[in-house]
Amino acid sequence: MGRFILRRLATFIPILLVIVTLTFFLVRLAPGGPFASERAVSEEALRQIEAHYNLDAPLWRQYVDYVAGLLRGDLGPSLKRPSRTVAEWIWIKFPVSLELGLYALIVAIGIGLPAGILAAWRPNTWTDYLPMSLSMGGICIPNFVLGPLLVLFFAVRLEWLPVALWETPSDKILPALTLGAMYAAYIARLTRTGLLDTLTQDFIRTARAKGLSEARVVLRHGLRGALQPVVAFLGPAAAGMLTGSFVVEDIFRVPGLGTEFINAALNRDYTMILGAVLVFAVLILVFNLVVDLIQAWLDPRLRHA
Amino acid sequence: MHDPTLPLTPDTDAGTSLWRDAFHRLRRNHLAMVGLVLLSIIVILSIVGPWFSAHTFDAQDRDNRLASPSARHWFGTDHLGRDVFVRVLTGGRVSIQVGLAATAVSLLIGVVYGAVAGFQGGRLDNGMMRIVDILYTLPFTIVAIILVTYFGRSLLLVFIAIGAVEWLTMARIVRGQVQSLKEKEFVEAAMAMGLPWRRILFRHLIPNALGPIIVYTTLTIPRVMLLEAFLSYLGLGVQAPMSSWGTLIKEGVAVMEEYPWLLIFPGVALSATLFSLNFLGDGLRDALDPRSSKD
Repeated sequence: MGRFILRRLATFIPILLVIVTLTFFLVRLAPGGPFASERAVSEEALRQIEAHYNLDAPLWRQYVDYVAGLLRGDLGPSLKRPSRTVAEWIWIKFPVSLELGLYALIVAIGIGLPAGILAAWRPNTWTDYLPMSLSMGGICIPNFVLGPLLVLFFAVRLEWLPVALWETPSDKILPALTLGAMYAAYIARLTRTGLLDTLTQDFIRTARAKGLSEARVVLRHGLRGALQPVVAFLGPAAAGMLTGSFVVEDIFRVPGLGTEFINAALNRDYTMILGAVLVFAVLILVFNLVVDLIQAWLDPRLRHA
Repeated sequence: MHDPTLPLTPDTDAGTSLWRDAFHRLRRNHLAMVGLVLLSIIVILSIVGPWFSAHTFDAQDRDNRLASPSARHWFGTDHLGRDVFVRVLTGGRVSIQVGLAATAVSLLIGVVYGAVAGFQGGRLDNGMMRIVDILYTLPFTIVAIILVTYFGRSLLLVFIAIGAVEWLTMARIVRGQVQSLKEKEFVEAAMAMGLPWRRILFRHLIPNALGPIIVYTTLTIPRVMLLEAFLSYLGLGVQAPMSSWGTLIKEGVAVMEEYPWLLIFPGVALSATLFSLNFLGDGLRDALDPRSSKD
């Protein structure tokens, strides 16, 4: 197991290098630059700024310097907000996105899994139809519609929760719900399908024949097999919740990395864009690895593959 | 469904009966049929509706700003007195265009890439699929945001940018199909006849993989539409005075406390479209590939 993890971690380096290379040349070869819009700046001053940030060197040279910096753990200075380095900005902003993403993950699993089990418990009765109709809504209503509707209902009309703050725990309920709802809906559907599939198999009949309680049959024996597709979905889902919170951060004024990234892209803050993309890519890689490990734990046959 | 004058086991090629079979199964799937009908209504209304309306998407009725829904303005008007009904339909046109164009781009890249990799096999296949694996690690929304902020905000570029990041899964599906199909006898026969590999690939292999391709295409369209709405919501997609469901929702959110219909109508239009395409896609999957049927 340890060797497997090490081997996978070793593949991260070339993958990240490819991603950095692609992003670097994509953002650099495009028209415009971080200081192009500041008309008040004279030609001379502009040249000085560019020289200061090494932007006047040949592109390949800048690339080599950037990658060399990365290897030392240096993400460079932020071009548009020079008061802090990119690493410092990420250190400030990313924990906020991470926190939001974790709450959303809790919402997604905490609501999705029980809803799916409930639906599969007695298929084609109202305990199936109700959660499944709700999950249909979760899939079809995008979070930038759901979020404002939740605000309108719970914050404006009922005044139970604050509109847009990010301080106390109650501020975090609506953003987490908004971000997690769609994933909860998918998890509920996947759990229901997986469980219905597993419950028709022979070993379940054996478990029932042994006289085990229905709860034990479903939760202990059925769920383990049913969880495979759910876990496979959780990797991209967790990465999506952590890297896809742009809209939710925008709606609820959450000071996270998503908002930071969009501003960086609009302002051509090259180093900030690259830093954010790197963080997101590492997250996706790590979550894929975690999913593979959980799957191997759930199904021992996969361990030897 | 079945024409009684035809023999029960027709001599025609099996393809016809496969499609007929699939259509039969699709018709029994109520959710998919509701989706199909709803989708047809939305598409026809979006395309035809603006021609028959007394208003245009950018005409301002200054005496009726922020008016509630009425006989004159069915969905009310926005802060400039523009008719929301026509603006929602215009947004629908944008969504349909983006959905079709971006999906076409992703379909083209994905099918050709996947088919070539699957058919050639060996080192080429290995290398091509490794590239797909790496691209999978790129955060999609982020790539789309970079492409859109950098390469202008024209609608055409939005299509291409979205299509260019959405082809990976299609490539994997097509590769898998082609890989298993090329072991079949009819491909060996085609090779024995000395047909060039391009002809075998495009005339024999891809048509036989059409089922999964159609299913995944149907499921790509709503993803692409959602991405367009998302980018437009963030102010990175369709620009004023054009309307898109994303920009309309953004405008609606700003005033939702006093004028909720400005959020509700475009929100419902987008959700209903996503609903119909998702369930039509699910229905098609069950119909075209009963083995992978989920319920």
